[in-house]
Amino acid sequence: MAGLITTLIVTPLVGALLVSATRNYARALALVFNLITIICAFIIWRNFDPGLPGLQLVERHSWLPAIGAEYLFGIDGLCLLLVVLTSLVFPFALLAQKMDRSFCALMLITQAALYGTFTAHNFVLWFLFYEMSLVPAFLLIKMWGGENRDRAATKFFLYTFLGSVAMLLSFLGIYFARGTFDFISLAELGKTGDVLPGKLKWLAFAGIFLGLAVKVPLFPFHTWLPDAYEAAPTGVSMVLTGALSKMGVYGFIRLLLPLFPNEIATLGPWLLTLTVCSIVIPPLVAWAQSDLKRMVAYLSINHLGYCMLGLFAATAPAVRPLEEMHAALSGVVMQMFNHGITAAALFYFVGLLEQRRGSRGIDDFGGLMQRTPLLCGWMSVVMFSSLGLPGLNGFIGEFLIFKGSFAIAAGYTAVAVLGLLFTAVVFMRAMQSLFSGPLTRACSTFLDLSSHEKWAIIPVTLLMFAIGIAPQFLFNIFNTTVVHMARLLA
Amino acid sequence: MSWIVTNIWLIPAVPLAFSLLILFLSSSRRAAAAGAAIIGQIIALGFSILAFLPTLQAPGFRAVQSFTWFTFGDQALRLGWVLDPLAAAMLIMITLVGLCIFVFSVGYMAGDKNFTRFFAYLSFFSGAMLGVVIANSLLLLFVSWELVGLASYLLIGFWIDRPSAAAAAKKAFITTRIGDLGFFLGMLWLYHTSGTLLFYDNGNGALEPSGLLKIGSSATLVALLIFCGAVGKSGQFPLHVWLPDAMEGPTPVSALIHAATMVAAGVFLVARVYPLFSLGAVNGVTPSLMVVISIGVVTALMASLIALAQFDIKRILAYSTVSQLGLMMVSLGVGGVAAGIMHLLAHGFFKALLFLGAGSVIHGLHHEQDIRKMGGLRWIMPVTFLTYTIGMMNLSGVPFFFSGGWTKEEILHRTAEWPLSRLPHYLMLAGVILTALYMTRQMIYVFFGRKRETSDAHESPRVMTMPLIILAVCSIILAIVLTPAWPWLHAYLNGEPARLDFGALIQPMLFLSLLLVAAGIGLAWLMYRNAGETDPLARAQPGLFRFLGQKMWIDEFYEHTFIAFSRVVAHLSDFLDRYFWDGLVNLFSGMGQAFAVLSKGFDDHAINARVDNTTAGARRFGRLIAARHSGQIQAYLGAIAIGMLLLLVLYAWLA
Repeated sequence: MAGLITTLIVTPLVGALLVSATRNYARALALVFNLITIICAFIIWRNFDPGLPGLQLVERHSWLPAIGAEYLFGIDGLCLLLVVLTSLVFPFALLAQKMDRSFCALMLITQAALYGTFTAHNFVLWFLFYEMSLVPAFLLIKMWGGENRDRAATKFFLYTFLGSVAMLLSFLGIYFARGTFDFISLAELGKTGDVLPGKLKWLAFAGIFLGLAVKVPLFPFHTWLPDAYEAAPTGVSMVLTGALSKMGVYGFIRLLLPLFPNEIATLGPWLLTLTVCSIVIPPLVAWAQSDLKRMVAYLSINHLGYCMLGLFAATAPAVRPLEEMHAALSGVVMQMFNHGITAAALFYFVGLLEQRRGSRGIDDFGGLMQRTPLLCGWMSVVMFSSLGLPGLNGFIGEFLIFKGSFAIAAGYTAVAVLGLLFTAVVFMRAMQSLFSGPLTRACSTFLDLSSHEKWAIIPVTLLMFAIGIAPQFLFNIFNTTVVHMARLLA
Repeated sequence: MSWIVTNIWLIPAVPLAFSLLILFLSSSRRAAAAGAAIIGQIIALGFSILAFLPTLQAPGFRAVQSFTWFTFGDQALRLGWVLDPLAAAMLIMITLVGLCIFVFSVGYMAGDKNFTRFFAYLSFFSGAMLGVVIANSLLLLFVSWELVGLASYLLIGFWIDRPSAAAAAKKAFITTRIGDLGFFLGMLWLYHTSGTLLFYDNGNGALEPSGLLKIGSSATLVALLIFCGAVGKSGQFPLHVWLPDAMEGPTPVSALIHAATMVAAGVFLVARVYPLFSLGAVNGVTPSLMVVISIGVVTALMASLIALAQFDIKRILAYSTVSQLGLMMVSLGVGGVAAGIMHLLAHGFFKALLFLGAGSVIHGLHHEQDIRKMGGLRWIMPVTFLTYTIGMMNLSGVPFFFSGGWTKEEILHRTAEWPLSRLPHYLMLAGVILTALYMTRQMIYVFFGRKRETSDAHESPRVMTMPLIILAVCSIILAIVLTPAWPWLHAYLNGEPARLDFGALIQPMLFLSLLLVAAGIGLAWLMYRNAGETDPLARAQPGLFRFLGQKMWIDEFYEHTFIAFSRVVAHLSDFLDRYFWDGLVNLFSGMGQAFAVLSKGFDDHAINARVDNTTAGARRFGRLIAARHSGQIQAYLGAIAIGMLLLLVLYAWLA
């Protein structure tokens, strides 16, 4: 089926146009378009052969040959998984809050940008979408955000944009030296080890690393994140953490790791130290937060830190048994998906609490279990998923990441395990002060989950259980890709 | 082979399924909820008995079922179930003790508004623990282990409107998770070195010779890491602090945690992966086993000392559990795996009995837990008194009719045979006196002496006393298979045939420990017989009593060291995040802004000013020129005339 990916990307854009032209029912219309993208994603999944390693459903057209730009879309297991994730997170986010038509339109544009980022395989095209996601996100925070939205939005935009510019310059350098923007050719170049001559290579590495490290974010390039997530409206926070944060990790997998294997090996101890800091420090900071949203934002950094640990463990150290690389990389991909739905759900619940209470300080609540048992119960499920309780989705990815990493980089992983403890401490503290104790007066009129809130949360929760208990259906999507990736990086 | 052997997973699955079912019942369907939980437990018990029968056929019976959970890369992650004497014996104990506790709860929780939820959690707890027992894969064991942790969290914090209960639940979860981190790493390392997480897999499992060969020298590390998990779950020093606080849960929960589930998991884990501990043993001694013994000894003695100075009826029992678990660890450490598990099984019955007895007392006294306010209850609550006495005899280690006495005897034997040193043996003998001492003290305070504030006490209803009687009878019947004359359970667990030998009953050790128990009970009788509001020990040694009464200040020590330290680090990290890391970003953006201001200045004053000057000059010049363009013909003609004149002069001068 030709043109499937183009359809997938264009659908939300058409939706954005129509939504901005409607007067009423903007959100319903946006959801209809999301339904179409879900169907699109589903058809892509059906047409995808999980046994093949390379790109599939390729759409390739000449675009601007003079600058090496090509219209090149394609799907492999990793791309498909992220497309599916995006298709799940956006409708979930649209259900999270009331939004007017421009809000909806901007969300749809962001969605299209994400689909593009996860399916484009030429740098120019990829970068176009990568940057395209930034503008609507910026506007969404700036126009509908909470306190400090101007500052947070500007910081978010400028910080990530600065990283992007550094990355763009690096790629221009590579293009002028080697004449290609094609991801596959770039990866082959990386394998030979001469992407660029001499010192220039380090410069290019630094530029791309900075761009992606800010995007993920990796400690200490993370300070835009808590501000942005805190200021953003609920739906936008969900999208930022659920889908946008995967762009950075995806960039690492697609660009940095294949291009600069030697540089990563040289810097291995430093990179691993950074990831361990990303894992251990943010939950400690989260522990010290009194704002629920900020707390969840910091935990998000920690969870993406696990991804980075798996990635660097699978690429940096000298001795890397292939089966442990498989474990680490499978864990990373799994974790990307799981973090996407779990973190989005966490923000969703924080949003529900904020809607009911009008504020979101951890001490503004108390004894909710007596008043809203359903809300507390479902929220606990999400929290336990986030802290990696076996039986729920979070455990699978973390188990595999730690399995692979511990065998390859034992010392770093042994320290990183502390992240699991601190995360638990943070959630235990939150559950204690939100759910237990005497019912706070300000919370005594709270309503329990309404039926449409239930409809938003039940599918997501069921998915968490499904992945936690029988995850094979997800592994089937990306296993061949991971094996291929490991061979490429070995 | 009976169908249950191949479908052993049904045993944990049934309570789990029922738990889910109850969770979706409306909270008014109380009878249905309790009924479902009890039926689930009865089915699990029935299945356990069915599964027990085949293990009797041949000594050392073991049936293994494995399946693939998921595949990644080119490897499959396999899980499985195992049925062997260890699992079968544990299954029976857990389901039987669990059933008694479930029935007791119907009476105990009768007035609670979250009655249905309570039974859902209880079922879940039992199912998770049954999963631990039948797991044939360290990963499946870990998964069930964590679910046990979750269940205990939910149940300890069941009375959620009490802040102390919520704090205790949090403490239990976090403290055990500290141990679990070690367990997690140990599991990963085992997986890495042996390539499998299955215990038994037709010769390829991690605990089978070929697997152990692969693990080789890392066995000590793996064993110690896994032991961290056991230390957390089984309340061993230094992670024992959560267990006494777990008393905040309803009493049936305490019984479940302290007898059938949760704390038993740690001891069971060590027994299950024992080949890792004993790998490369010289004379039965390995570094990891040395650690197990040391931790066990310290825990056992520390807890029995603390128990001497407690006044809460449940806390005394809680510390007795900690101490008994230490004893079991010592037994495992000196090589007495079967002895340790026997004590675990016997302990399951009599500790459940004691906790439910305490629950009955608390219920009869309208939720009074302070033993100083009790007294003289033996006539008011005769059934509770009698059964409690049986439990106390078991715990104190009186042999003959009481299973706990025989198993403790067996452990003392094992410690005496340890080749390296007799020290653990002597310390455990001291533990025997202490146990008898604090249990008798408790009995005297609660059931003997004059009635203090117990005027309106009453015996508990039948639904609560029946489980007490059943448990008491079980703990006595169990003694039959534990005597040295016919050590059937010991042989069964070790996979050997049992022999009848009455001569084994006559041995010096038996008299020695009888003497010690008698000494403990007698001493307590002398000390506490006429005890009033102040404890005799407190009168004699106030400083020591305070030290023990405050649990050796261990909680306070943790609070002011590790926890305070982490808190400081957390706030420091927050501070650094806001002001240092973000400060750097702001500095950078500030530099950008400063540069912008500078450029603006440069623009304004250097470039723009020049441009402005130039344009101003041009304008002035233009204005000057423009002034000449007055539009008056005379002026233009005049100019032409002057121009002509100048040209003529020029011409003349050039020619």
